[in-house]
Amino acid sequence: MAGSQWELPPELCCRPMAFVALTGLDVVYNAVHRAIWDAFCANRRADRVPISFKVLPGDHEYPKCRTKRTSYEWYIPKGILKTGWMNKHLNLVPALVVLFYELDWDDPQWKEKQSECATKVEIVRTSLQGRNTKVAVVLIQKKTPLPPGEDLVASERAQALCHACDLSGKSLFVLPHTDHLVGYIIRLENAFYEHAQTYYYTEIRRVKSHKEFLNKTTHQLLFVRHQFKIAFFSELKQDTQNALKYYRTAYSLVHELRSHETNMLEIKTMAGFINYKICRLCFQHNTPLDAIAQFRKHIDLCKKKIGSAELAFEHSAWMSKQFQSFGELFDEAIKLGLTAIQTQNPGFYYQQAACYSQDRKQLAQQLCQVSNDHIAYQTHYPSPDPLDTQSAGLDFYGQRPWRQGQQSIDPPDAEKEKTGILALQIKERDVPHSELIIALLSNAVAQFKKYKCPRMKSHLMVQMGEEYYHAKDYTKALKLLDYVMCDYRTERWWGLLTAILTTALRCAYLMASIKDYVIYCMELLGRASTLKEEQKSRIERNLIKVLTNEVPDAEPECDPSSVTAARSLWNDRMALAGSNELTIEVQDYIPFIQCKAKFQSPSFHVDQPVQLQVFLRADCPHPVSFSKLAVSLSNQEYNQWCVAEWSGQEAMSLLPGKTTCYNFSFVAKTEDVGKKIEMTGIEVMLGGDSGRCVFVSWRGAGGDAASAHEALQASRCSRRWGRNIEARQELDWDSLTMQHSTMIISRVPKISVQLSHQPPALTNEMYCIKLTVQSQEEAMAKDVKLTAGLKPGQDANLGQTTHVTLDGSKFCDDSAPSLLPDVPLGELKPGEKLEKCVFVKCVSTGPRVFLFHVAYGIDTTVEGRQIMCKCHKDETVTIETLVPFEVSVKFVSTKFEPLDRVSVDIPFLLMTDIVSSSPWPLLLTSSSLQLLTVTSNTPQLQSQLQEVVLQTGECASECFCLRCPPQTSINNTVATGQYLISWRRNSSSPDSPLIQTIVSLPHVVLEMVPLYIHADLPSFGRVRESLPVRYHIENRTALVQEVEMAVEPSDAFMFSGLKQPQGRQLDDASIAAA
Amino acid sequence: MNTNMAVCIAVIAKENYPLYIRSVPTQNELKFHYTVHTSLDVVEEKISAVGKALGDQRELYLGLLYPTEDYKMFRKLHNSFTDVMCNPFHNPGDTIQSKAFDGIVSGMMVQTA
Repeated sequence: MAGSQWELPPELCCRPMAFVALTGLDVVYNAVHRAIWDAFCANRRADRVPISFKVLPGDHEYPKCRTKRTSYEWYIPKGILKTGWMNKHLNLVPALVVLFYELDWDDPQWKEKQSECATKVEIVRTSLQGRNTKVAVVLIQKKTPLPPGEDLVASERAQALCHACDLSGKSLFVLPHTDHLVGYIIRLENAFYEHAQTYYYTEIRRVKSHKEFLNKTTHQLLFVRHQFKIAFFSELKQDTQNALKYYRTAYSLVHELRSHETNMLEIKTMAGFINYKICRLCFQHNTPLDAIAQFRKHIDLCKKKIGSAELAFEHSAWMSKQFQSFGELFDEAIKLGLTAIQTQNPGFYYQQAACYSQDRKQLAQQLCQVSNDHIAYQTHYPSPDPLDTQSAGLDFYGQRPWRQGQQSIDPPDAEKEKTGILALQIKERDVPHSELIIALLSNAVAQFKKYKCPRMKSHLMVQMGEEYYHAKDYTKALKLLDYVMCDYRTERWWGLLTAILTTALRCAYLMASIKDYVIYCMELLGRASTLKEEQKSRIERNLIKVLTNEVPDAEPECDPSSVTAARSLWNDRMALAGSNELTIEVQDYIPFIQCKAKFQSPSFHVDQPVQLQVFLRADCPHPVSFSKLAVSLSNQEYNQWCVAEWSGQEAMSLLPGKTTCYNFSFVAKTEDVGKKIEMTGIEVMLGGDSGRCVFVSWRGAGGDAASAHEALQASRCSRRWGRNIEARQELDWDSLTMQHSTMIISRVPKISVQLSHQPPALTNEMYCIKLTVQSQEEAMAKDVKLTAGLKPGQDANLGQTTHVTLDGSKFCDDSAPSLLPDVPLGELKPGEKLEKCVFVKCVSTGPRVFLFHVAYGIDTTVEGRQIMCKCHKDETVTIETLVPFEVSVKFVSTKFEPLDRVSVDIPFLLMTDIVSSSPWPLLLTSSSLQLLTVTSNTPQLQSQLQEVVLQTGECASECFCLRCPPQTSINNTVATGQYLISWRRNSSSPDSPLIQTIVSLPHVVLEMVPLYIHADLPSFGRVRESLPVRYHIENRTALVQEVEMAVEPSDAFMFSGLKQPQGRQLDDASIAAA
Repeated sequence: MNTNMAVCIAVIAKENYPLYIRSVPTQNELKFHYTVHTSLDVVEEKISAVGKALGDQRELYLGLLYPTEDYKMFRKLHNSFTDVMCNPFHNPGDTIQSKAFDGIVSGMMVQTA
């Protein structure tokens, strides 16, 4: 991997953990040892202490410790940090070596075993000569130990063992091999952890103690190295707060170093390492702002430290890596719960990393070119390889392989330096820059997608596409560019769209992808393109070449070698016969030909020709000719009428910026009456049979991705300048509106339908509506049909209370429908008149809408074609229905006093009043009573209302004398019967049926009277003549009653006869008194 | 010379398309267009946040997108923009073609020799 030079070493990026070596365990053959090892290392959860364990053989050789320096006086450091140092302390030099030994307290061979153990400890100690590494012993025992203090043998032998092995009591452990292994292990490792911490503490003290020997002139590098080491040991000790502090000091120290071109890389490398550590710890401490601030500072300090100009690409590579690793740290912190925001997310760092990688690529292209002024051999990789180091790698981070350890400011060996640089430049050539850039960009895209930055995402995808283009992967480039193009199109950023299209066109050219090439050409020629005229000119020429099956000229700024390859590809394409047709849907683009179509009217009568117009306009710099224009309609049978084809004489061409209009018309079919005709598509054929046909196709009535907005702007404009627009000579393209569908409606009827009637209608009458149909047609109206009645869609109750009939001679019953459909009326000759009466009976009051629909067929010719049209004429009328009259009925006594109850066998009167509320005179023909319970007091009940005419508001009254027969049983209220009135409108013909209105008479309360008195009085008296008065007193009971009468004299009369007669009233007899 | 000088000034319609965009001619114009376009992500987010908070609707200045911007500059530009909009011959939504506006913008841009 070529990028690996810039990768951060894994030992830097990992989380440092205390290193503890376990010896004396045979994990392969000993099951007990295996179980112990597993308990240490398998399934370590986060709550266990951070230790990295390793099983090592008892006689393992640990890295030798260099003899301690007693003075730094003559010491000149060769570099900042050795490449092996971090790994050494993470994986090679343990903080603690634990010796496992199987020994029970009561072992019969205790003495021998004790000395064997001591020997083993000694071996480990020897191997660790000079290190502060602690040694501990764990006895693996079969027996469960007794509680401390109880096993005297144990404590005695433990003491002896410690003595033999030269161990402190704290370093000897017992591990009973029983059920609770994991529990014991956790206790053990906690103890180990404490030992390890002590070890790292002493290491920190040791490194710190060097400081007093250092001087600032010769030992600058050591200041950095020591601070770094202290910080790293602090991390191993899990003291991250102090580690951060020491790293920060180390960071400022590294920038205090005297920098020159030769050590710039080393300084930057170390600064990068320390910065990484600081940022990592800041994120770990949940202080992301500190991390960001540190990173910004780091970048500010380092971005100008380019170093050798000939290796400037290295600086960009390093910068890119800085951003990338910070992005990764940021991203990792987010995964652990940190929240990022739109303006501060890892995407920006990946993007910046990509940006520096792009710089690197550019610099590499400039600096690593196989340049002509160099002599041939110099461009070969130098031998011996200046980058080869005898050992596996470098001794110090960030140094040059050809001058390792050299820290003097003296100019280096010029020749060596030259070959070294050349070797690096040659190596850089092989770096897959585009791959690196694309990987970084795609990381950034993922982040910006997450943080709601759609435009940033699109922008990065454009960059990815461009990078793929540079990497010559045109398919992928087009895929990406195509994907984002529509975002820029819908947002109307024409400058950016044009730039993307230009790259896309280059890709399409280099791939010889004809369809893509044509599409991009069309859009680059269109009005959204911001290209200059001469560029458009060139593109149009190329497009015409493709249409005539010629190879187009290469796009500018294409790689010459790729152009050659592309040319042969094009030649192959053009040589291929067949498949020369291409359909391009342009609705979602902004093509160079604009199309708008409209039906002349939103509806056409079936006997009119349907007219439509197609407007075309070209935005390209030169005229463009086409060979065919076709409109597709929803009913494909009409398509044949909507084609314009190049006939060979008149060229069909569009002039730049001019609108051309094509008119089409056709006759609709009568089956399509009531249907919509839609334009489903419009096609313009470019090219011709000789070359290549390109069908530019629009859905519906044309328009493209930009036309909706243009129309909106135009409408805003015309709203203000409404008067101007009509005065304008030329057709305004933008305000041209599309009309993509039209309705075919029936022919206009040439008949008149008149209604004559006398509203309002009266309830229950047979209301007559006279319909007069007169034909103004020039031909015979055939099959005339009438549909009359209640207009559908009104209150459902009206349907039940409205009845329509044609027969006015008798009353219709409830079975008559509310709407009479399709009543045949025969034929109507031109000018003929037809009359028809329709009768309507409304049972309830209120307004109703009646519909009179006259339909007929007629033969007619449209543009020479004979068609049979169906026409109809509708007439509606709203009719109010009223009650004709109000009837009131009351019972009164023979003295016309209102009665609230009726006495049996005593005559009383029934008074009826009929008040007309009809606006038309009513003729009451008769009335009658149908009595129940009561009977007439007169022998013959005769109506007093025969043939009475009532005007509006007039009242007709009748009076009947009635009596309740004596046999009637007395039970409170009784029904008295009905009052029947026969009537009709006075204006209606005598033979029209009479309407009978029935009014129920009120119920009355019956009562029995014991005594009935009535007087016979003459109707008048004469002065000074006697006036005979006769009182009849009737006893209505079955008992004899005592009656006493007194006559009160009046001043106007003189009396004769008994004044105070007394008598016994016999039952059921009457006495007459005079 | 005033330190607060712009390298690119753009006026964007509420539908997010440019009504006016001008950058210093010495640098890559396309790059500025992309920068302005991508910054609309932040503008959009800010506008939606304003809508949510139902804050002062009269406050037109959204605040800093990046800490280099200047309120005074916005006010000056906005005043000139208002003048353009008040022109009865200007159709809102059309790109801005005004000499006066051009002049104001030129005054705010980094002068290049």
